Formats: sequence, structure tokens, C-alpha cells
Amino acid sequence: MSDLVIARSLFGTTMGFHIIHATIGVGLPLMILAAELLYQKTKDIEWVVMAKRWTKAFAVLLGVGIPTGTIAGMQLSLLWPGFMEVIGRVMALPFQIEIYAFFVEALFMSIYVYAAERIKPWMRIASLVLVALGGLASAVLITNVHAFQGTPAGFEIVNGEIVNVNPWEAFFNPSFFVTATHVAVSAYVVGAFVVAMVAAYKMLRAEHGSRIYRFHQKALTLSLVIGGIFSLLTAVNGHESAQMLHKYQPEKLAGAEGLFETQSYAPLAIGGVTDRESQSVKYGIEIPWALSFLAGNRFDTVVKGLNEWPESEWPPLFIHTLFNGMVFIGTFLILVAAVGIFWKRFLKKDKYPKWLLWLYVASGPLAILGIEFGWIFACTGRQPWNIYRMLSTAESVTTQTNLGPIFISFIIVYIILAAAAIFVLLHFFKKNPVHKDLDRATGGNGQLFSSNT
Amino acid sequence: MVDAYIAITILWGFVFIYAVMATMDFGAGFWSMIYINRKNTSGTTIANRYLSPTWEVTNTFIVALVVAVYSLFPKGAYTLGTVLLIPGSIILILLTLRSAFLVFSNIADEYRKPLTFVSGICGFLIPGLLMSVLPITHGHYIDTIDGRQTLNLARLFTSPNEYAFFGFAISSTLFLSSLLLADYSKVSHEHHAYRIYRRDALILGPVSMVMALAIMVTLKKEVGWLYSGMMDNVSLLYLSLALFLVGGLALFLPSKKDGRSVIGMPRLAVIAITAQYLVASYVYGRGHLPYLVYPDVTIHSAFTDPNSFRAVFATYIVGFAILFPGFAYFWSLFMHDKKYLRKNNASD
Ligand code: HDD
Ligand code: HEM
Ligand code: HEM
Repeated sequence: MSDLVIARSLFGTTMGFHIIHATIGVGLPLMILAAELLYQKTKDIEWVVMAKRWTKAFAVLLGVGIPTGTIAGMQLSLLWPGFMEVIGRVMALPFQIEIYAFFVEALFMSIYVYAAERIKPWMRIASLVLVALGGLASAVLITNVHAFQGTPAGFEIVNGEIVNVNPWEAFFNPSFFVTATHVAVSAYVVGAFVVAMVAAYKMLRAEHGSRIYRFHQKALTLSLVIGGIFSLLTAVNGHESAQMLHKYQPEKLAGAEGLFETQSYAPLAIGGVTDRESQSVKYGIEIPWALSFLAGNRFDTVVKGLNEWPESEWPPLFIHTLFNGMVFIGTFLILVAAVGIFWKRFLKKDKYPKWLLWLYVASGPLAILGIEFGWIFACTGRQPWNIYRMLSTAESVTTQTNLGPIFISFIIVYIILAAAAIFVLLHFFKKNPVHKDLDRATGGNGQLFSSNT
Repeated sequence: MVDAYIAITILWGFVFIYAVMATMDFGAGFWSMIYINRKNTSGTTIANRYLSPTWEVTNTFIVALVVAVYSLFPKGAYTLGTVLLIPGSIILILLTLRSAFLVFSNIADEYRKPLTFVSGICGFLIPGLLMSVLPITHGHYIDTIDGRQTLNLARLFTSPNEYAFFGFAISSTLFLSSLLLADYSKVSHEHHAYRIYRRDALILGPVSMVMALAIMVTLKKEVGWLYSGMMDNVSLLYLSLALFLVGGLALFLPSKKDGRSVIGMPRLAVIAITAQYLVASYVYGRGHLPYLVYPDVTIHSAFTDPNSFRAVFATYIVGFAILFPGFAYFWSLFMHDKKYLRKNNASD
């Protein structure tokens, strides 16, 4: 592998690993907050127990999310110094403001966890709201840098010099709002379905009607409602993201859809693989006219095909599959959430069939896969550009060579971290089963949050 | 070009704040490892009680520092990013293992020992490596071949100057953290822990001083421009020495705590030593100017676009104005709340 390819793989691996913890770190606080608020409303102690258990899981994930984020932040400078020089001059604001978001999250997370028992209930909720807002703001701001890479604004390059810098114009670049919204709502999807996964799994193991079963059923219902709402929003907003691509990065959309010839009444290809030789999508299903409609809300919208550009500027063709995977998962999640809510609210059945519970178990990993597909699609689909039509990836990479050993070391570290995190989570929850926490909470000494063992 | 000086002052401020916080953080991790087997001391408990809520905040400062480098001095970030690839990656790996295992050890109690061990060892090496960034910026270990800059690791790790910095980082980390923990244990009424940390501080103070002198001696030999820059402010160096002596003296002054008389005023010692570091690092930073990385990158050539600087500067002011109450509340909950500090250790 060339050093450029290693640098790309290394950074992609770091991001792919960070994103798992970071996204759950954005999504889970919303679930915790919902549980705390439901407690204030119903005074049902089970909601507090839920909040406490999710907080513990959150703390473990933070233990991986924060250091891997730190790696990500520094690897940007270590691997892509050319990119960071431009970012430093033009687009430093989001990174800068993100620092404050990190501080808010870190300060109030410590307060929520380590001082939970010493502060008033309203202060606990206020801390939690700030944790959730801090996490959301980190996601939105870092996504803004990604948006800038796709739709750069606020500067010009004249004779190799960066001039006419307007940092706020760069900050509010054209795709900021769409992209940031997509990332935010999809993070809530992930938070909800990860909870659904655990709850459904526990329901499969517990006796129907038992206290434990009902406890997990409550968690499942909450996560289906939140997850359902946000997956719907994700899909609606994803449609806008696609229209944004149509307008600003047409070759990425063409790659995503495997479209070679520019045309109106363009068909939408679902599934299949894009084939370079025959310039078509093989083994896929074609829906006539649909792509034109998606791109511009009219069937006669002209959608540009890959042949408009020289082949050296094409994104890799496999992004078609990544895009399909993301959309498939989005559709699947909307459906399973709808079925579950329908089952409970309208058929008034309080026992879910086994197959449905297994689908919920699958929904957690699928949601995470959804964001992985989405991100790899978004970053890889930008190739060969690092900043669209301004800076190529090859120009921005470090001049150092022999990156192989570094790549291997980081992979080993990620494997160790993943294994240790899973081990610690399993160990902790095995030693502190729900019934123990319930007893502790009803026991009345009130030391629920600091009960570490 | 006043802006560039404001910018370098901000950066230096971040370095200083991070240095003090990281010292506490890594030092506390180290001490909690050292005293973990001693049943009758609460040394480990005290260290952990400080560490648990603060490591996240400390970590954010190093991120803030890196962001400050590339948003204020993008060209400096380019050079540093290029030459620091290997040491930077090693630091990142250690930092990651240490943060993660610190969190894990608080959640899985039975495995606390091996996990604390990992975080203790990493916490001991990281300050040394972080401090090595300073000699690298002195420029003598960077080779430029065909316009490509690379770090000459062999030359770096055979230089006495590098080892002086490395040793100073470790000894002063342990020194400052034992002082702070002494103060923290005194407030917490942990007399036994107080005695231990006071003793550690008394041993490590002179060691750090020797290391600091070793830095000066090796600088004089190897990095003339920096040495003479620092000597321009030699009176401040004497002030720093005086503050060190005040700090040492404070550990012997008698004081009263709840009617009992205790030897030493650790709070005064902490303040004096922090002031000493502030003065000494000012002299170092002053001598380093105008270079960020000697000899090619100066604060003027590396400075960001003026429009960007103004925008970033505005967010510093707004950001810290908003965050300040948060920091104050945090401080009052964890550093000042007597109930928290003296809490019964049954639940730890
Ligand atoms: C649970 C995760 C998830 C789900 C179900 C979806 N997405 Fe998504 N999508 C993401 C998670 C995501 C993401 C990981 O958050 C991305 C990567 C970059 C970004 O801005 O968001 C993304 C990017 C992304 C982009 C590219 C933006 C760019 O390149 O800048 C488009 C066009 C869509 N999405 C469209 C959709 C559509 C039409 C969906 C239909 C249901 C959909 N997404 C579901
Ligand atoms: C869109 C993808 C991303 C999301 C949603 C996200 C979100 C988060 C969140 C919520 C945290 C707090 C810790 C946690 O809860 O796990 C975090 C930490 C962090 N992230 Fe990310 N992040 C993303 C991508 C990135 C990228 C690309 C970088 C590098 C430039 C980065 C740098 C960091 C850093 C430095 C931290 C640690 C902050 C600290 O020390 O407190 N993140 N991220
Ligand atoms: C968090 C989820 C993310 C994932 C999984 C991800 C994944 C990837 C992958 C796989 C690559 C390599 C692309 C290739 O070479 O084919 C890459 C490159 C890159 N990404 Fe992302 N990315 C994420 C978020 C971000 C964000 C938020 C930013 C903005 C700061 C960003 C900035 C970059 C940069 C600068 C590169 C290297 C240059 C390039 O290849 O264009 N990434 N990312």
C-alpha cells in the first residue's frame, strides 16, 4: 500500500471506531433525559433505575469515545497537515467552539455522575440537559467541518495563496444545516435502537410478565417511540441531503446512484453493483423516473451522470452499495418501530412475538452500521478531493513515509479498547442485575448513582 | 503585528494551564498505583477521589491546546504535525490506554489493581514524552531533505538536553502532584495520607530543582540562542528560585487544623510552587520568541489570517465567559465541598 492509502485507511479506521462511541454518546443522553423526565412525571422509581444503568454504560463508552476523539483530532494534524493548514486559516471556528461544547459536556457529565446524590433533582436534570446539549453541539460542529469539505465557502485561492477569508461565511457554508441535522437526528436513532437492542434481548431471556420483563418492556417502548420519530426525520432529511448533493456535488450523487449518462427522467437503481465496463448497475432493480424526482422534485429534472467528468475525478463506484445500505437500514428501522408501536397501542397486546424481538435485537447493530455506511459514503465519495475542488487528498497528506507500523499499532489499540470496553460492560451489568438496582432504589438509602459495585 | 503576540500569549496560557492540570492528573494516577497495596493508608483513595471527576476536563485542555495551535498558527501546525508523527502517535496511544483504563478501573472494582497499574505507568511516561516536544521545537533534531522535514529520532534520543527535559517532566509532575495531594488530604482530614504526600514532596522538590539546572546546563551547550534568550531575564530566574525556597519552607511551618497542630502549610507551598513554574515558564517562553520551531517558523510567519484570528478571539471571550460559572460550580462541588472531600470511604 502506498503511504497515501495507509494514511487514508488509518484515518478512516480511527473515525469508524470513534463514531460508534461518539454517536451513542450523543444519542444516549437523550434517552437518559427522557427517563429522568418520565420519573418526574410518574414518580415511578423504575425510570430512575433505567437512567442510572444507561448512565453507567454511557460512562464506559465515554472512556473510549473521549480518547479516540482526541486521537481523531490530533491525527488530523499528524496525517493531513496540508488540510489543517487550510482549516486553521479559514475554518477554525467550529473546532474552537467545539472545545466549549466538550467542556460543557465534561463538566456536567462529572457533576451528573459523581455528584448525583448531592444535588437537587432539578439541578440533576439541568446537568443532564447540558450534557445532552454539549454532545449534540460537538456532533453538529465537527460535522460542519465535514460539510465545509464538501461545499467550501468563505475563501479563495489565488496563486496558491489563501485570500479573502471570511470565517463566518465558511462556518455557514451551504450544506451546514442539512448535513448537521442529518447527523444529529441519526445519532438519536442510534441511541434509541441500541437501547431497544438490549431491552429486546433481555425480554427474550426473561419470563413473560415478570418484573424484569416489564422493566425492559418499558425501556423498549420508550426507545421505539423515540427511535421511530427520529428515523422518520432522518429519512425526510436524508432526502434533502441527496438534493443538496444534486446541487453541489453532482458527481457524488451520480456515484451513489450508479448513473453514467446525464439525463432527465433518470431511473433510480436499488441494489446491484455498479459496473465500470458496461457503465450500468448490474443485478439491481430500476424504478423509472424516480431519481429525477428525488433530485429535484420533478420527473424532468436533469441529473448529471459520471461521464460528465474525467474518470480521474470519479468517486469510487462502490459508494452505490454504501448508499443503498444506509437507505435500506433507514427504511427498515422506520418499519420495525411502526410495527412495535402499532402492536402495543392499537392491538393492545403486551407480549411481542419472538421474531419481532429478534428484529429489535438486530436493530441496534444495524443502526450503527447505518452511520458507518453513511460516513464512509460521505467521506470516500468526496475522493479524490479532500476539500471539494480546492485541495486534493494527495496534496494534503503528510510527507512522512513508513506509516505501516503506526497503522498496525493503532489497530491493535482499537482492538484492545473494544475488547476491554465490552468486557467491562458485561462484567458490570452481570454483577449489578436490574433486580439489585431496583432493590437498592426502593431500599431508601438513596445512594443509587454512586453504587458502583 | 500585535495580534501575533496576543495569540502566542493565549497559546502559552493554554500550555501552562494544561501543564498544571496534567501534572495533577498524571501524578495522581501514579500515586494511586504506588499506594494501592498499602492497606492502612488512604493515599490511593485520595488520589482517586481527585482523579475521577477531573480527568475528562483535563483531557479537554490538551485538545484545546492542539486546536489553538492550528487555529492561531496554521503553518506552525503544518511543521509540527509533520515532524511529530511518530512521537505524537506514541503519546496518543499511551494517552488513550490510560484514559480508557482509568475509567474501566472505576467501574470494574475487582480488576482495579491491574487496570490502575496500566494507567499509572502510562501516566508516568506521558509527561516525559509531552515535554519532549519542547526540545524538538528547538530545531536541532529536524532534518530537511529535498524540502521534506523529518525528525531525527537517533539524534534526539542521544542528546543530554532531551533527557534533561524528560527527567524534569517526570520529577516535577510527581513533585507538584504530591504537593497538591498533600493539600487535598489535609483539607480532607486524612492525616496519614497527608504525612506521606508531604514526605514525597520533600524528596521530589530538590530532585526537580536539580533537573531544572540540568536543563539550563545542557541548553547552554546545545541551544545557545535559547540559553542567551533566557539569560536576558536572569533576574526572573532568581525570583523563581526564591519562590521554590518559599514553597519548601512552607512545608515546615506549623499550622493549626481543628485544634490539632500540623507541620506544614501545603496550600501556601502549592501557591508558591505554581508561581515558580509560572515565572520559569515565562522566561522559557520569552527566550523562545519569536520562534515557534527554530529556525524557519516564527510566530509572524506562521500567524493565521487576521479575519480568522479576530473571529476566533471573539469566541475565546464569549466561550470562557459562558464556561466560567460552570468551572466555578464544578470547583465548589469537588474541590470545596467538605462533605464530598471527607466522605466515608465505604462506597469507594
Ligand atoms: C442511522 C443512520 C442513518 C440512516 C438511517 C440514514 N442516514 Fe444518511 N447519513 C448518515 C446516517 C444515516 C450519516 C452517518 O450521519 C451521514 C454521513 C455524513 C453525514 O452528513 O451524515 C449520512 C449521509 C447521507 C448523505 C450524504 C451527505 C454528504 O455526502 O454530505 C445522503 C445523501 C444521505 N445520508 C441520505 C439518506 C437517506 C435518503 C436516508 C433514507 C432513509 C438516510 N440517509 C438514512
Ligand atoms: C460526526 C462525527 C462525530 C461525532 C458525532 C462526534 C461526537 C463526539 C462526542 C459526543 C464526543 C464526546 C465524547 C463521547 O461522548 O464519546 C466526542 C469526543 C471527541 N471528538 Fe468526536 N465526534 C465526531 C467526529 C469527530 C472528528 C472528525 C474529530 C476530529 C477532528 C473528533 C474529535 C473529538 C475529540 C478531540 C473528542 C474528545 C473531546 C474531549 O477531550 O473532551 N470527533 N466526539
Ligand atoms: C465520524 C465518522 C466518519 C467516518 C467513519 C469517516 C470515514 C472516513 C474514511 C473512510 C476516510 C478515507 C476516505 C478515503 O480515502 O477513501 C476519511 C477521510 C477523511 N475524513 Fe472522514 N469520516 C468521518 C467523519 C469525518 C469528519 C466529521 C470530518 C471532518 C473533520 C472528516 C474528515 C476527513 C478527512 C480530512 C479525511 C482525509 C482526507 C480525505 O480522504 O479526503 N471525516 N474519513
